[in-house]
Amino acid sequence: MNNYVQLLLSGIAVGSLYALIAIGYTMVYGILRLINFAHGDMFMISGFFLIYIAAVPHMPIWLALIITILLTVLLGFMIERCAYKPLRSAPRMSVMISAIGVSYLLQNFATYFTGGLAQAYPPIPWISNEIEIFGVTTKLITIVTPILTIVLVLALVALIKFTKIGMAMRAVSKDFETSQLMGIKINSVISMTFIIGSFLAAIGSIMYFSYYEQVSPTIGAMPGLKSFVAAVFGGIGSIPGAVIGAYIIGICENLIKSYPAIADLSNAFTFILLIVILICKPNGLFGEKLSEKV
Amino acid sequence: MKKRTKILASLILAAAFLTVLILIDNSPLKSSMLSTCLQKGAIYALVAVSMNLLNGFTGLFSLGQAGFMLIGAYTYGILTIPVAARASVYQYFEGGIVQFAIPVIPAIIIAGVLAACFAALIGLPVLKLKSDYLAIATLGFAEILRALIQWQQIAPLTNGSNMLRAFPTYNSILFPFIISAICIAMIVLLIRSSYGRAFKAIREDEIAAEAMGVNLFKHKMMSFVISSFFAGVGGALLAMFQASVQAKGFTSAMTYEILLIVVIGGIGSITGSIIASFLFVCCMEWWLRFLDQVQYLGGVKLPLMRTGFRMVVFSVIIMIIVLFWRKGIMGNKEFSWDAIGKFFRDPFGLVSRKNKKGEGITNE
Amino acid sequence: MNDAVLSIENITVQFGGVVAVNNLSMKVRKGEIVSLIGPNGAGKTTAFNAITGVYQATNGRVVFNGDVILESHPTGKMKKLYAGENADLYHKIKKNTPDKIAKMGMGRTFQNIRLFKELSVLDNVLIAMHMRLRGNLFTDTFMINYKEEQKMREDALALLKIVDLYDQQNEIASSLPYGKQRHLEIARALATNPSLLLLDEPAAGMNPQETEELTALIRKIRDDFDLTVLLIEHHMNLVMDISDWIYVIDFGKLIASGNPEEIQNNQRVIDAYLGVAEDE
Repeated sequence: MNNYVQLLLSGIAVGSLYALIAIGYTMVYGILRLINFAHGDMFMISGFFLIYIAAVPHMPIWLALIITILLTVLLGFMIERCAYKPLRSAPRMSVMISAIGVSYLLQNFATYFTGGLAQAYPPIPWISNEIEIFGVTTKLITIVTPILTIVLVLALVALIKFTKIGMAMRAVSKDFETSQLMGIKINSVISMTFIIGSFLAAIGSIMYFSYYEQVSPTIGAMPGLKSFVAAVFGGIGSIPGAVIGAYIIGICENLIKSYPAIADLSNAFTFILLIVILICKPNGLFGEKLSEKV
Repeated sequence: MKKRTKILASLILAAAFLTVLILIDNSPLKSSMLSTCLQKGAIYALVAVSMNLLNGFTGLFSLGQAGFMLIGAYTYGILTIPVAARASVYQYFEGGIVQFAIPVIPAIIIAGVLAACFAALIGLPVLKLKSDYLAIATLGFAEILRALIQWQQIAPLTNGSNMLRAFPTYNSILFPFIISAICIAMIVLLIRSSYGRAFKAIREDEIAAEAMGVNLFKHKMMSFVISSFFAGVGGALLAMFQASVQAKGFTSAMTYEILLIVVIGGIGSITGSIIASFLFVCCMEWWLRFLDQVQYLGGVKLPLMRTGFRMVVFSVIIMIIVLFWRKGIMGNKEFSWDAIGKFFRDPFGLVSRKNKKGEGITNE
Repeated sequence: MNDAVLSIENITVQFGGVVAVNNLSMKVRKGEIVSLIGPNGAGKTTAFNAITGVYQATNGRVVFNGDVILESHPTGKMKKLYAGENADLYHKIKKNTPDKIAKMGMGRTFQNIRLFKELSVLDNVLIAMHMRLRGNLFTDTFMINYKEEQKMREDALALLKIVDLYDQQNEIASSLPYGKQRHLEIARALATNPSLLLLDEPAAGMNPQETEELTALIRKIRDDFDLTVLLIEHHMNLVMDISDWIYVIDFGKLIASGNPEEIQNNQRVIDAYLGVAEDE
């Protein structure tokens, strides 16, 4: 019983982290129809940011966290401006190739800068403390992550529903060209999307690495891919969909890891799930059908 | 230029290239960096051309090339390890369950066929969907395969996460060139056939292609399966080149590298992919190596140079190409003697540009 | 009537709550040139797309050369939403993809020109012949059936001569002027070897002289290729000049049908085009 509580708790925690990353994917895809392959690597870079900033002498951890988040947001903004904006009128395949190029660059840069070795993530006071819940001992982070995730998602949904920029985002995701004609500043909407996505990725990164305690240059790829699967699973473009998809993947993955015979296949499972959902419900759980005008 | 002159020029070029290869093969250069790069370049050229068939000519954004190469490499390895060597290769699994070995060429063909079968399997659900999902599903599929091959339950077949080795490799460096050349020639013939035109029609406009009687699913499937077949063959060649295979090497980064080769060469250009493969491999393995070592210039230590710097510079170059030189080396054109002739008569289009200017003045 | 090449029966196309085509029935007889006209947004192109299998019709049946190629009735969510007529007339579901319908002998052009832009003029036409290819992947790749390929090229060039594009055969399709692109679309549709040709606004954007030439071209290909033609068009001169029969739709519904003279004098048609005065 305790074992299952433990699994469920860690499943929810991991699912929350996937949710935070998946939102970044789903929002960018909703607006630009671009699979931002670099998103997972940005998450990794954000992990390294904190390692290096926290190592500065006399740096209080709260300041390090704030600087990390700001730097990640800046990085996301810069990637969009440098690598995606020049290709606005190019075919979509070119933009995705550019995203792959950025991912390649970030990984190689991190390898160069860090020497390619995994580095220990600094413990963050309080959330790294251990607590006991339902008879299992776990880090406080396991509890904090889902709560924080839900709060952030609710805030984001409110932002998209009730603010002017949120309305602009919805308009752009429905029809890119028309919303441009209606006087929406497309570039600022896109930048805003990337800023929100990077902000959530930074928070996710802090939680994820506090949980796994290690960062290496290629660590971003797998959670990145899984989060994208979560976004597709929930119906790409839909935020609640991405969150639900992420929880399903996080929990299932942890359950599979508990059976030694198939534990190696936990990564494979995510993609099997993807293929199954694409066959049964090609638009995901909450996705809208996109049709082309003939 | 006349047609006969062109054919003659092509033959001379091919003969010259062959002579150089034979010379390298029979000289101490055989184990040099040049030879290594040429062999790897030939193998990558095949894989890049096979990816170009899919991404460039059929317009399907697939990212599964590393997965299909993995199938090819493992099929080749498992089928050809001599029975006598199996006990030492599969040392943790009592020599494995496969207790026979087949000759090299059939094994390479089976490697391709098996990759093609897997492609058909994955294509069945995914090719009916939007192209974006194809990208993510094929990428995911490659990851599943990598995990599956390292799975302990089937380790007596695949040797788990241990290396496969001791299978026959080639003696002459001509081998990968000949196989690659035959395969690429087949792809070129395919692209020039009526089926190739149908592939291009799908790339240009799916709805119009369908209205003109092109069965979308059937032709996408064909392109996908054929591309995977050649990726499988490429994987087998890579296994021979490396003399050992391990599943963990076939990551999505490998697919990305092949995709970037295609982009650098020009999406939709076979010759572009071939040229880019050699350039890419040479830069990565050879010409940019010096960036990884500490260098001194006139007694001053140059900053930044240390392990990993090569890859940073390399990826920056790639980003510059992707962003500012989107057409790549060849655009969607192919190598032709006419273009070469034109280049020598008028390098960089200076004359024709001048002419245009002249026209502008007369118009005013 | 046995000589109907195409007969459309009670076709309704509904997207969500919007009924784009409502209970449309039409007959096109062999050798005729029939026009489908109506104000913008009346549902003409949607009807075309339903006939050629691009969209799934919600209700109705299409019979082509004696075979039912499409039959549908509201299912699933549509059962409740359905706002069209004659919902209980049909009980089978029969679908065909556009490529199959093209193979049966229905060639079409597109309102917003859909050529294979980056390919040569000749390739555009050759692609439309691909489905009639007798060779398979193997024989075609290794040029074992090169005679067939040669024949295809000859036929394609003959078609290009008819639409006056022979000299531009190696040009890239998107570099052609607008009117020529429309001609190429017609040549491409002819290359599918159709018995029925659907032309979606072939004269859009053409000047009077070009329109006249087009009229002559349509007549010529009808006679030379033994075709039946169904046409959507806004150029009334062309329509009245060329049509044997005209169907008029407005807001998805058929409001009139008849020969050009009858249509010109039909009050409902005039109202639909010009609007009805408020105080009448």
